[in-house]
Amino acid sequence: MVAIILIIVLVILVAWYIGAYNGLIRTRTHVQESWSQIDVQLKRRNDLIPNLVSTTKGYANYEQSTLKKVIALRNQLTEVPADDHQQTMEVSNQLSTTLRSLFALSENYPDLKANTQFSKLMEELTNTENKIAYSRQLYNSSVANLTMKIQSFPSNIVAKVHHFQESDYLQVPEEEKTAPKVNFDDFGQDK
Amino acid sequence: MLYDQIAMNKRRTGYVMFGFGVLVLAIGAALGDLFWANWESGILLAAVVTGVYMLIMISQSTNVIMSMNHAREITDENQAPELWHLVEDMAMVGQVPMPRVFIIEDASPNAFATGNNPEHAAVAVTTGILERLNREEMEGVIGHEISHVRNYDIRLQTIALALSAAIGLLVNFASNWLWWGGARRRDDRDSGGNAIGLVISIVLIILAPLAASIAQMALSRNREYLADASSVELTRNPQGLISALQKIDDSAPMKAADANSAALYISDPFKGKKNFADLFATHPPMADRIERLEKM
Repeated sequence: MVAIILIIVLVILVAWYIGAYNGLIRTRTHVQESWSQIDVQLKRRNDLIPNLVSTTKGYANYEQSTLKKVIALRNQLTEVPADDHQQTMEVSNQLSTTLRSLFALSENYPDLKANTQFSKLMEELTNTENKIAYSRQLYNSSVANLTMKIQSFPSNIVAKVHHFQESDYLQVPEEEKTAPKVNFDDFGQDK
Repeated sequence: MLYDQIAMNKRRTGYVMFGFGVLVLAIGAALGDLFWANWESGILLAAVVTGVYMLIMISQSTNVIMSMNHAREITDENQAPELWHLVEDMAMVGQVPMPRVFIIEDASPNAFATGNNPEHAAVAVTTGILERLNREEMEGVIGHEISHVRNYDIRLQTIALALSAAIGLLVNFASNWLWWGGARRRDDRDSGGNAIGLVISIVLIILAPLAASIAQMALSRNREYLADASSVELTRNPQGLISALQKIDDSAPMKAADANSAALYISDPFKGKKNFADLFATHPPMADRIERLEKM
């Protein structure tokens, strides 16, 4: 009788352990996947920047200094070691800010704005910028999930045994920090 | 909270379909009894017809609803790059698959989502909304629609819509038949015709409020508030949705919208001027929605 109970308890414990381990693996994979989403967008933006240079070539006086800065940051981004997420995002954030000011400045160039090639490129770049921001949002929420699993009891035991490590949150640029906290309290359940 | 909403939506979809099934079987039994004096065969026939109808509806609902609203599908990002990219963004951050994208030729700004589940969803916007709203505002609107997809609001609303449209069709058909057929019969002094007419008018009396209550189940004001809040959770930008709602509110009613689909739209497409919207307020007052967003 006692033996049967012991076996049952053991089976439950093993099943729980496997479940907790798989849960941790799954969450860690989510973090890696969401990083690769960011990476895809960063690469896409780097590919678009040469087009921006060639499209604006005909407009000799188009914000040369800002454009140079964009190119410098782009090249810097390719040199950052691939696994250094923090530094990659830091350079990327600077590039985003510079690109944004470039977009704003394009208001002063009616000829350029009328160029369909340029407006198409603008849409592509804006799209990539937004996707970087949204994939960063996803990355941070998947990091939060992983952190919660690594820290909370009892999954923290499994995490410790198998040396799961917490990932760092990605910094959000200053101008996006004012994001509101959504409050669902006002939204009562339907009868 | 969100999971409660999803579970409730799935449950209510079940109720709506069950209620509809029972109703149709009852009609089948009544008609079978009347025409062949055999209610079992009436039920059997009704069951087969309803089964086929429901299958067709579930697999074709998106196409049917889109054609009722005169929407054309966008299949390539170059056809409407900004719209396509926004839907892509919101689907990504909402963690649902990319829905199909449709455009409705109508100068009034509006949008809706439909489908059976997040894997088979569609989002439609009017040309008016594309012209009037800027990118940030559009993002709020698309976020709202993607939230409907994510919350399974689309399944309940789409099925309720298809069912109440079917009942409406039945009611229309029966009342026409009653009016013309019944009148002719009276000239012929055929008492059988009058008996059938009587049964149908009774059925009509039962059907109309039933259709209304099915529609009502899908028209939860809370659903709109929740989709607004979820949209802000995705975009992190309440101001975009606020000014989008203001612009949508401050515009003329739609021409291309289908009356049965009114509840699907982000804002009442008829601006409360048509019959359907008079019977049931399909949408919470815009001022109320904006106020809740401003509090965030």
